[in-house]
Amino acid sequence: MLIFVARRVGLMILTAFVLTFVVFYLTNLPPNLEKLARSEGSVRMSDESVAAWIEQNGHGGSVLGRYGQWLGIVPGWSNVDEKGVARGRCFEAGSDPAIAPRFCGILQGDWGFSTFAKTEVLPYLGGMLASTGWLMLWVMIVMIPTSLVIGVVAGMREGTRTDRVLSTFSIATTATPEYVSGVILVALLASPVTGLSPLLAEWGWIDGKTLFQGASSPDNITFWSFTLPVLTIALYGIGYIARMTRASMTEVMTAQYIRTARLKGVSFRQVVMRHALRNALIAPFTVIMLQFPWLLNGVVIVETLFNYKGFGWTLVQAAGNNDINLLLGCSVVAVFVVLVTQLISDIGYVFLNPRIRLS
Amino acid sequence: MDTLAYSAIFGRILIQFLPVWVALAATFALSISFKRRLGLYGKLFDSPVGMIGFGIVMFWVFTALFADQIITFDPYSQFSGMKNKPLGTPLAGEIEGAYSHFLLGGDHLARDVFSRMVMGARSVLSIAPAATLFAFMVGITLGVPAGYFGGRLDTTLSFVSNLVLAFPVILLFYLLVTPEIRLTGIPVVMAAVLFLFPIIFLTVLFNARFFTDPKKRNLYVGVVLVVGLWAYSGLAFNMDPLGVWSMDPNLLNVFVSVVFVNSPTVFRIVRGIVMDLKARDYVAAGQTRGEGPWYIMLWEILPNARGPLIVDFCLRIGYTTILLGTLGFFGLGVAPDSPDWGSTIDDGRKTLTLFPHSALAPALALMSLVLGLNLLADGLREESLKD
Amino acid sequence: MADWDPSQPILEIEHLSISFFTRLREIPAVMDFSCTVMPGEAMGLVGESGCGKSTVALAVMRELGKTGRIVGGSIKFKGRDLTNMGDEELRHIRGSEIAMIYQEPMASLNPAMKIGAQLAEVPMIHSGMSKADAWALARQIVADVRLPDPDRIINAYPHQLSGGQQQRIVIAMALMAKPALLILDEPTTALDVTVEAGIVDLVKELGEKYGTSMLFISHNLGLVMDVCDRICVMYSGEAVETGNVEQVFDEMRHPYTQALFRSIPLPGADKNARPLISIPGNFPLPHERPPGCNFGPRCDYFQKGRCDATEVPMFPVPDSDRHETRCLRWQEIDWTAPPAKRAVKEKAPIGRVVLKMEDLKKYYAISSGAFGGGTKKVVKANETLSFEAHEGETLAIVGESGCGKSTFAKVLMGLETATSGSIMLFDENVQSTPIQKRNTDTVSQVQMVFQNPFDTLNPSMSVGRQIIRALEIFKFGKSDDERQQRMLELLDLVKLPRAFAERMPRQLSGGQKQRVGIARAFAGGAKVVVADEPVSALDVSVQAAVTDLLMDIQRENRTTLLFISHDLSIVRYLSDRVMVMYLGHVVEMGTTDQVFSPPYHPYTEALLSAVPIADTKVIRKRIVLEGDIPSAMNPPPGCPFQTRCRWKSQVPGGLCEREVPPVQVLEGGHQIKCHLSRKVLEEMEPVIKVAAE
Ligand SMILES: Nc1ncnc2c1ncn2[C@@H]1O[C@H](COP(=O)(O)OP(=O)(O)OP(=O)(O)O)[C@@H](O)[C@H]1O
Ligand code: SF4
Ligand code: SF4
Ligand SMILES: [Mg+2]
Repeated sequence: MLIFVARRVGLMILTAFVLTFVVFYLTNLPPNLEKLARSEGSVRMSDESVAAWIEQNGHGGSVLGRYGQWLGIVPGWSNVDEKGVARGRCFEAGSDPAIAPRFCGILQGDWGFSTFAKTEVLPYLGGMLASTGWLMLWVMIVMIPTSLVIGVVAGMREGTRTDRVLSTFSIATTATPEYVSGVILVALLASPVTGLSPLLAEWGWIDGKTLFQGASSPDNITFWSFTLPVLTIALYGIGYIARMTRASMTEVMTAQYIRTARLKGVSFRQVVMRHALRNALIAPFTVIMLQFPWLLNGVVIVETLFNYKGFGWTLVQAAGNNDINLLLGCSVVAVFVVLVTQLISDIGYVFLNPRIRLS
Repeated sequence: MDTLAYSAIFGRILIQFLPVWVALAATFALSISFKRRLGLYGKLFDSPVGMIGFGIVMFWVFTALFADQIITFDPYSQFSGMKNKPLGTPLAGEIEGAYSHFLLGGDHLARDVFSRMVMGARSVLSIAPAATLFAFMVGITLGVPAGYFGGRLDTTLSFVSNLVLAFPVILLFYLLVTPEIRLTGIPVVMAAVLFLFPIIFLTVLFNARFFTDPKKRNLYVGVVLVVGLWAYSGLAFNMDPLGVWSMDPNLLNVFVSVVFVNSPTVFRIVRGIVMDLKARDYVAAGQTRGEGPWYIMLWEILPNARGPLIVDFCLRIGYTTILLGTLGFFGLGVAPDSPDWGSTIDDGRKTLTLFPHSALAPALALMSLVLGLNLLADGLREESLKD
Repeated sequence: MADWDPSQPILEIEHLSISFFTRLREIPAVMDFSCTVMPGEAMGLVGESGCGKSTVALAVMRELGKTGRIVGGSIKFKGRDLTNMGDEELRHIRGSEIAMIYQEPMASLNPAMKIGAQLAEVPMIHSGMSKADAWALARQIVADVRLPDPDRIINAYPHQLSGGQQQRIVIAMALMAKPALLILDEPTTALDVTVEAGIVDLVKELGEKYGTSMLFISHNLGLVMDVCDRICVMYSGEAVETGNVEQVFDEMRHPYTQALFRSIPLPGADKNARPLISIPGNFPLPHERPPGCNFGPRCDYFQKGRCDATEVPMFPVPDSDRHETRCLRWQEIDWTAPPAKRAVKEKAPIGRVVLKMEDLKKYYAISSGAFGGGTKKVVKANETLSFEAHEGETLAIVGESGCGKSTFAKVLMGLETATSGSIMLFDENVQSTPIQKRNTDTVSQVQMVFQNPFDTLNPSMSVGRQIIRALEIFKFGKSDDERQQRMLELLDLVKLPRAFAERMPRQLSGGQKQRVGIARAFAGGAKVVVADEPVSALDVSVQAAVTDLLMDIQRENRTTLLFISHDLSIVRYLSDRVMVMYLGHVVEMGTTDQVFSPPYHPYTEALLSAVPIADTKVIRKRIVLEGDIPSAMNPPPGCPFQTRCRWKSQVPGGLCEREVPPVQVLEGGHQIKCHLSRKVLEEMEPVIKVAAE
């Protein structure tokens, strides 16, 4: 077991290095740096001055070297610009290079400065992650129980009307990406001109103009502001996990040992609860865990759609504004989330499944 | 002129789609009458779910085909006075020979929502299936040997595919689909690599089967190489000497990225199936008569994996459609006035709470197409499991 | 239950008809089936695959699934009709009054529940026993089914037990509520013969101990004879003959039963002098049954206008113990007449040595541990194998699962390379030549026939295409026409109609697929054919035909046949020499006569006694081995067989546990790998005696 975890962690670290390098490479491509130079300096910079800007701000040299600096395993750059001001990675322009640390990369906790947010990346990203954390928490609370119940109930008696209705529902939600379901939900429930809201307002059932709010923010978490974003992210996941659960449940229900249980005289309820459930939930567990990367997509879309200032929103802003440090920070977080969930899914699978655990 | 009632709008839309109805009726009539002779495709018509799914998918396919006949206005032109107009609004100011109403209203740039939605089908369906097909070629060409040989090859390829899968898709798109990337030529390099796979696949496929008969082999492999490399030069490098094959660099960027994102999943599926099938006796029989590994992989194993692969192909076209929508939604890699569904939804969402119709139409269209593909996949899966 | 009279039948099935309703058609799986089981009686249900045995059993449990329905007749259990019983009432009977055991022990146990919990559940449901009592009872029953260390076992999960142990747990589970009727559906088919013998003994003993009636389903007539008092032979959804075991075995009154007995290799059958007689034709599909007698098209005594005129009812045989037959002509047939056609075949002369293996070893390095980490282990799949095989000879390789038979085949074929030793094939050393490096001639001369008919052909390629492909690879013929012609000839060779060339494998029956497999193997004029259990997955009536086919082709082509099998009856019938393997070692080798008569290797002795023989005249010594076959990953020290050997005490000084025994060569080149002294060996008694006729 220990060896297994150690190997997985080793693989994970390797993956993390490769992935961050790829992101670093892609964000630091010459055209991107030129764009950055123009947006930081002036739009009408000549090509030479762009090149000079790049050189002066530590974006010159080999990609590997800069990646090492960013990681914090290569000493940070420093130089003196034409105005005679000392500039460097590890210190503020104009201060004394001698007292600055030699290394300052993410390993030292220095994630760089965000040109978009005009602040240090690490604390900024931390705050954004916390906001997204709330959103995700509610998504999980809504999504997991709902999807498991739907899946189990549908799969428990394959081919019945309940099964067909629930399965159709699941298929329909998996066919609806977040940007579609968000649009539909807003039109239906949060628009003052269409859907339910005008009717309800007319009847005097709601105070405001709309039932739910079409935008939400982390500072003000209420049922009315959170329902739509949470529902939008959860819907897709619900359909997907429910289908997996159903498939796993139907398979288990046709297994020989379920027949054995039935022929022992176990009642249907007990067959489902005692014999089928545990076996049927092994597969969906992995799926739920591997669903996290997908939820990340949902988060980006939903935060953009509902203008919720969280991690996803930051990612879009960082990419849109060519904020290299912020984008790199986002990638590190995203990659980390994905890898950790993969690890949990592997280990959890082993614990859930006695067949693997004990052999 | 008056604004049309909902029933009238509905009726007129039905009439606009007339070519699609005719084509659908013909397809179903023919398929059902010959269903016993059509293999798995025929069996689809035994499953109500599959038939509904197939119907929806074909509806959009025919819509894409006959889009020019169906649209009521040019999807790109703006009509004064029609900005954000609701459903069924008559055209402001008579125009000679033009259709009388905006059936599904106008968008924020005063364009006809209905025509844009119809044209959107064409733009989606001209990329999604092709991109999925390429992703399958890549996934199969790599997944089959990985599953068959195992060992270091498998470890390496699996590691790489997990790398790609560990990227959140949107991040990847933000990194890969940008004008700056196009300047570096990375998309062309990726295209050069990815587009090579179909050629390799077909060449190996025919060589493995016909190497015992050099005449036939040379013919098949020759045709593949000539046509393949010709198309390759045009699509990947835009250097087709005859100018038949070409791809807009924007489109190439999107296409390559979508293929890149999809192939690792296909790889994993193929690898899993192959690992399962390679333990079969007919594989051992092939080995004991001294067949080469490629023949066994491509002619003994692959055909028997077709069931799950076809099902996944349908699902994956749906997924690709969603991905393309996502790209459009974030305005990545598409022309600003493109009628594709993702960017129309994005355009519409800015005025969503006040004028939902311009986002709803493409949203529902996209949803129905993906739903159709899912239902079709479900029907196929169900039918292929029977007997 | 109080009003049930114990002298009445416990189970009475009358005119039962069962159909499955698929979307295409109704499939009448069982028609007009009647049978009666008295208290304490064991009823055997035999018949070929698909004849409806399982369906009858499941109907008794009322477990026919969504598509199956009882369309006529009644099933009375203790006088009460099960066919119209409510769900709740049924639930009380299931598990407590009637229990069922099926073929796949692993699949019948819940992988995520402890054994104890699965056992204890039964009395907790049916007699409201407390949890502690139920676990105590579970422990006791586990001990009853003779499992070692019951305390450990009730706390184990199913996958921690071996197949044989699992099947014992399934039996224990069925016995938890002391049911009045036990249904066993092929309970031992998935197990090895020596393990099977133990289970069969257990079932018999427990049946007597608890007075349980049994419905025992099997396709193996010998097994039924061992276990049952009465037998019911089924054919295509009908019972065709029923009676007590002795009468049906010795005085059968139905042509199908007779044909069945003539097609199984009993002692005394011989491939040259007294060949088996297969039943011509194929088993009819349930919806394609002929009019009149179902067996008509395959029956030697068929009379047109009579047998195909009306449905045939069951006729009681007078002066018998409830013996009945479903044949119109049973009184006219001369049941004592010997089988008509008995074409005696020339024995093929044995030629020069074509294959010679010396000190062949094959070790696999396996990484142990669940996650691929951990230490590397060496599995010794084949341990110093030496033998030679001659032209035209049949060499049988016998052994149970995991003994290294298939590894041996792989090494010979070149799919794996040997760790050491030499393989001389036609005077060419191919030991370390993998198949890709062998030349076409060598490859085409060594071919293989596979075990599983459903797997041996590529399901998405037509039969003809597959044979032609083999011809192309073997560089046979110059043109496509020539190969096409040769393909048709090969189909003739395996006695399949030429029209089959166009068919897809799924349109063929198991036996037909196996024939195509044989045709494919002989496409390049193979000189050495390895047949890996070629008939074990086939029905008995088909088995005979396929083995005969192999023998005929061998005689014509003077092929060397390496026949891998676990079934000693068929081995005795067709082989010239036999090699017995256990855990990678060749424990005994000699001519068929030498191996099948004393002195035996202790393992061969046990194997011989474990194989059920469907002949009332054969007296078998029962030697039941303790325990299961050790895993090849971690074999016992010393003699591989020492964990189960009953002769071990005869070897002084615990030598068996320390040293791998040497090979003793007895007279006539008979080899035995055992520490037993010559004297002890010579005093061994034969296991099988045929009573004088
Ligand atoms: N669920 C089902 N749907 C349709 N047909 C079925 C079903 N179950 C069984 N049959 C058919 O009913 C017939 C009898 O099957 P059954 O399983 O009882 O045979 P069996 O004698 O037990 O065979 P085996 O020796 O292979 O176990 C077969 O022709 C089979 O194809
Ligand atoms: S009834 Fe006729 S066909 Fe049927 S078994 Fe008897 S003799 Fe044969
Ligand atoms: S060597 Fe010993 S343990 Fe092995 S078979 Fe002979 S007597 Fe039995
Ligand atoms: Mg059966």
